[in-house]
Amino acid sequence: MKSSQPMVLAESVHKSFGLVEVLKGIDLQVLPQEVFCLVGPSGSGKSTFLRCINHLEKINAGRLWVDGHLVGYRQKGDKLYELKDSEVALQRRDIGMVFQRFNLFPHMTAIGNVMEAPMQVRKESKAVAYERAKRLLDRVGLADKINAYPSQLSGGQQQRVAIARALAMEPKLMLFDEPTSALDPELVGEVLDVMRGLAEDGMTMIVVTHEMGFAREVGDALVFMDGGVVVESGHPRDVLTNPQHDRTKAFLSKVL
Amino acid sequence: MTPPIDKGPAGGTPAGPAGHDAIPVAAGPVPIKAIPVRHYGRWISAVIVLAVVGLIGLAFSDAKVNWDVTFDYLDDDLILKGAWNTVKITVLSMLLGLALGTLAAVMRVSRNPVMQTVSWFYIWFFRGTPVYVQLVIWYNLALIFPNFNVGFYEEPMVTFMTPFLAALLGLGINQGAYMAEIIRAGIQSVDEGQTEASHALGMSRAKTMQRVVLPQAMRVIIPPTGNQFIDLLKTSSLVSAVQYSELFFNQGVRSQDSLATAELLFTASIWYLALTTVFSIGQYYLERHYAKGSQRSLPATPFQRVRQLVFSLRRSEVPRS
Ligand SMILES: Nc1ncnc2c1ncn2[C@@H]1O[C@H](COP(=O)(O)OP(=O)(O)OP(=O)(O)O)[C@@H](O)[C@H]1O
Ligand SMILES: [Mg+2]
Repeated sequence: MKSSQPMVLAESVHKSFGLVEVLKGIDLQVLPQEVFCLVGPSGSGKSTFLRCINHLEKINAGRLWVDGHLVGYRQKGDKLYELKDSEVALQRRDIGMVFQRFNLFPHMTAIGNVMEAPMQVRKESKAVAYERAKRLLDRVGLADKINAYPSQLSGGQQQRVAIARALAMEPKLMLFDEPTSALDPELVGEVLDVMRGLAEDGMTMIVVTHEMGFAREVGDALVFMDGGVVVESGHPRDVLTNPQHDRTKAFLSKVL
Repeated sequence: MTPPIDKGPAGGTPAGPAGHDAIPVAAGPVPIKAIPVRHYGRWISAVIVLAVVGLIGLAFSDAKVNWDVTFDYLDDDLILKGAWNTVKITVLSMLLGLALGTLAAVMRVSRNPVMQTVSWFYIWFFRGTPVYVQLVIWYNLALIFPNFNVGFYEEPMVTFMTPFLAALLGLGINQGAYMAEIIRAGIQSVDEGQTEASHALGMSRAKTMQRVVLPQAMRVIIPPTGNQFIDLLKTSSLVSAVQYSELFFNQGVRSQDSLATAELLFTASIWYLALTTVFSIGQYYLERHYAKGSQRSLPATPFQRVRQLVFSLRRSEVPRS
């Protein structure tokens, strides 16, 4: 099973903001087609780690690879060279990200949001971008909303547009940072359904979530983080039903 | 402790009139017929305002101003030419100011320290000195650079620096310094999540600025820009200092010919008012355009509002007939 190259490999990843060390050496690997769940209390560094994966944050120490490529750097001998902005942008094309607060472009319609990156980054023609965007919006169940502006959509609809927008770049890996935390309870299901569909289609996904039901049902691996370190990891079923560490137990007793 | 609220027997469903039989409310909604609040203050202030306006009007009509002359000169050739030149120099200076301001603002928020510093000095110098002084310096640039020389083209500065060019550079570059600050404030008003989302999609910094940040910054940029434009329209009267024949300069020429000084000042004022009015209307539509997406429905245009009012009046007449 472990024969394939990991999609994400983290080795002793450290990250500080000023004097505050937020990630204190994260080691983990995410295999292709895996749904990898990241859970932990607020402030434990989950978002920060996710943002390091697509180089929205620079790591201070350690190594991070996505699909065999070092994130943000090039290694020659034992020297590291920073990548240029354009090279970082190139790496990010393959990594889709979905944010807690959607971050849709409010001045563009739903389909405009989805067409934007393919047209601007991959220089796709409008016709091609439009066709794919329509297909993707249909896939997330928003075929009738393609011309709506984000402000005219519910939270759940906005988040589904955001997923379609990320998928439009045909990424190898999708990062989800608490995609349902900003949603009213009755809207959570529609977003999780879309994510479940993605998982079934074999997308590699790293999901920061407090939806333990989703983690148990869809997740292939789960990591519990606290205070910038990985406390416990394993199959979601095992970790969630039979946690080994006291901190994991304490956390799960609060969220389950 | 808050006492538990009695939600009635139905457990969550709102209690109907049956639960409160003490209140005699008839079944079905009763149209409200209330006596509206009287606004005595408004009536009193309106009377005072009218009185003041009347007194001022009286003073003006009694003044030693020949109003016929004022109105006669409204379509005088030289005045019309001046008004046109005022519009021309204002629009062109504003365009130059917008270009320079955008450049300076983007440099200011860039990560390049050289760019940041250059932008800072530009804003510092051109906002820190009077535009009148700047105009005169441009006009007399020959004192510093006797020749205009860009390698392939050379000309004595005195002939190169026409009144028009001095006016354009003086107003435009000064305007750019103010616009830079307005545009920077606009850029910084855009949520960081927008930049992040754009970067996460693989968009470059330049594309992110152009496609994501600036269009959203527009909403913050346009209202003060409209203000700047109208300010510039009036400030452009200063370029008479460099002999550019705009409205104020030409009004001065005519006033020397005719000795009707006060009359011509009013002629010019009427033109300035007319121009600022036209541009204010333009600003309204521009703001409306950039509100797209930020509001669920766009506010009605003044024209649409009048139509709605007329329709609503007609509609309310229907049941009566
Ligand atoms: N840009 C920043 N500058 C300074 N400190 C930061 C920055 N971003 C995050 N932090 C700090 O890093 C810590 C970890 O933040 P992070 O957002 O990664 O936590 P999280 O696990 O995602 O929490 P939550 O569940 O609340 O989203 C927090 O203490 C936060 O205050
Ligand atoms: Mg977070």
